[in-house]
Amino acid sequence: MEYFLQQLINGLTLGAIYGLVALGYTMVYGVLGMINFAHGTIYMVGAFISLITFLVATTVLGTSVPLALVLTLFAAMGLTALWGWTAERVAYRPLRSAPRLAPLISAIGVSIMLQNFVAQAQGARAKPLPPVIKGGVTLMDSGDFVVSLSWMQIIIMAMTLALMAVFTWVITRTALGRAQRACEQDMKMASLLGIDVDRVISTTFVIGAGLAGVAGMMVTLYYGVIDFYIGFLAGIKAFTAAVLGGIGSLPGAMLGGLLIGLIEAFWSAYFSIEYKDVATFSILVAVLVFRPTGLLGQPDVEKI
Amino acid sequence: MEAKTARTLLVDALLGGLVAAAMALPMLGVRLEDSANGLSLSGRLDWVAWAVGIVAGGRLLIGLLRLLLAGRVPSPPAPPRAVMAYVGWAMVAFALVLPFLPFSGRNLVDKATLVLIYVMLGWGLNIVVGLAGLLDLGFVAFYAVGAYSYALLSQTFGLSFWVCLPLAGLLAATFGMILGFPVLRLRGDYIAIVTMGLGEIIRVVLQNWQDVTGGPNGISGIERPSLFGLSFKMVPPEGKQTFAEFFGLEYSADHRVIFLYFLILALALLTNLFTLRIRRLPVGRAWEALREDEIACRSLGINPTLVKLSAFATGAMFAGFAGSFFATRQGFISPESFTFIESAVILAIVVLGGMGSQIGIVLAALLLVGLPEWFRELQQFRMLAFGGAMVLIMLWKPSGLLSTREPTIRLKDTS
Repeated sequence: MEYFLQQLINGLTLGAIYGLVALGYTMVYGVLGMINFAHGTIYMVGAFISLITFLVATTVLGTSVPLALVLTLFAAMGLTALWGWTAERVAYRPLRSAPRLAPLISAIGVSIMLQNFVAQAQGARAKPLPPVIKGGVTLMDSGDFVVSLSWMQIIIMAMTLALMAVFTWVITRTALGRAQRACEQDMKMASLLGIDVDRVISTTFVIGAGLAGVAGMMVTLYYGVIDFYIGFLAGIKAFTAAVLGGIGSLPGAMLGGLLIGLIEAFWSAYFSIEYKDVATFSILVAVLVFRPTGLLGQPDVEKI
Repeated sequence: MEAKTARTLLVDALLGGLVAAAMALPMLGVRLEDSANGLSLSGRLDWVAWAVGIVAGGRLLIGLLRLLLAGRVPSPPAPPRAVMAYVGWAMVAFALVLPFLPFSGRNLVDKATLVLIYVMLGWGLNIVVGLAGLLDLGFVAFYAVGAYSYALLSQTFGLSFWVCLPLAGLLAATFGMILGFPVLRLRGDYIAIVTMGLGEIIRVVLQNWQDVTGGPNGISGIERPSLFGLSFKMVPPEGKQTFAEFFGLEYSADHRVIFLYFLILALALLTNLFTLRIRRLPVGRAWEALREDEIACRSLGINPTLVKLSAFATGAMFAGFAGSFFATRQGFISPESFTFIESAVILAIVVLGGMGSQIGIVLAALLLVGLPEWFRELQQFRMLAFGGAMVLIMLWKPSGLLSTREPTIRLKDTS
């Protein structure tokens, strides 16, 4: 029971991170109908930006840890968003009217390029960061097994919740969100009605990359080790999460992320850690076969 | 007017530089050094300055070029079909004499062999992506199945390469059917992601199924192929002759390299021939029709799942052939050779070549696989340039290098 509870906590933390990355996939897919393959890599860039900003803030600028964390948060969000914006501007926008596969290939190219850029600029070795936020609360102590909830896990979940709240507010209540939803439904019609489609798409990428940047920061602080390759698997899993929740559906992405995190944690805990990725993908296949629209997705009615 | 454009150009370049500065500041401006107690930092602001300069200058240059060249460069007309056929034959002829040309050597033939593997994989994937329109991001799984089938069959049962080759193809095709069956009822982009997942599953299984696949250590000492029983080894196995002895030649390690080259050339041309012929058969036409309009196909009585499955399995079969060739050429295989990046490279070759264009695929393979081979010394920047090339080619020619799509069959003009 204690073991189960601990895995539940670990899984939810992991799932929160996946969910944040999955939002970026699902938003871009919703608007452009395209798999933004480079999104996982953008998340990796976010992790590096956070690591570097944090180290600069604490060692060079000599700020206290809480201030450094706030600085890192803004840097990770802002600069990662800038990377996402640039990727869209350079590699996807010129291909908007191109055949369907062209932006996908371009995105794969961006992903390969960014990965190797980071490997060259910062070295290919894994980068360790000693734990920044230590300690936590003990939830249950049965003598031989202690269920603990670390501060870091609390921060990750709280921040994910906060971001989700802000994000939901932006999408449902603001003019920007309305424009975004309009583009999702019918881009041509939206542009006829005076919505600047290019701007909406840019914003979509900026928001997605910003969220991925925060996810990158949290993963850096949580695991304390990153390398240039972390974007690939995390990207696939986040995409799996987006599909599982129903691609295009924002709450679905978050739900999918949590489910993937839980599946991964429980599978590693109770079955085998080597095959945890197999479990994730098998579930993806199973969901797509039995419920192709995902858990919360709208069925896509084909009209002739 | 002139002044205004000059100003917008400058502002544009400056903004570009500014964005580059913000992006480069953490990633290039600070270098993480591994030190004894974790990480230490070192500044590298000159790199940031370089990045800003390059981006701003580049933007200015592109803007100027756009202004100057606007509407002046007519795009060359696509070469007609007849010309392309000649180009194709010329390429085949060149490939046939390549090993015997004065400037070619072992190194060149070896590199050409590598390019041909990718050409063959590209042609195989072209059946799935180019003809049937199914976006397959896990093609490398079938390549892996082919390679491991050959390695395991030959090591367990002592079968020769020539027996294993069709078996490997068959196994890969069977795998294609098993994996394809649940997948192919899905819509377009889902297929991409599920095939990618399946590719990863196969790799993870290969990595962890220690007893059979040897895990991350892979399988080594894989039997090399022979020509009608003639071995290419220096010392022939018991009761066998070597190639050099039989033809009264002096033994040379080059013989095997050249033999392998011709072997993959033959396999690749077989793939090409198959593709060209099957496009004229009902099943090939059904693939192409399905790519264009699934609903119309269904209303005409074509079973989409079956037709897609046949394309998937056929492509997988050719990947299986290429895989067993790869295994026999390397003599060693491990899961590391079958990562997702390989799938991405093969797909890039197909799409960059212009989907459905056989010659385009050869060009793309030369560009993406052959060219980087010559810059081996710049190893570390190879993949960086590779990714960049993918983006640039797509921006330059979004539908591929050679993308004229001719109808496969036309009604004869009877008038």
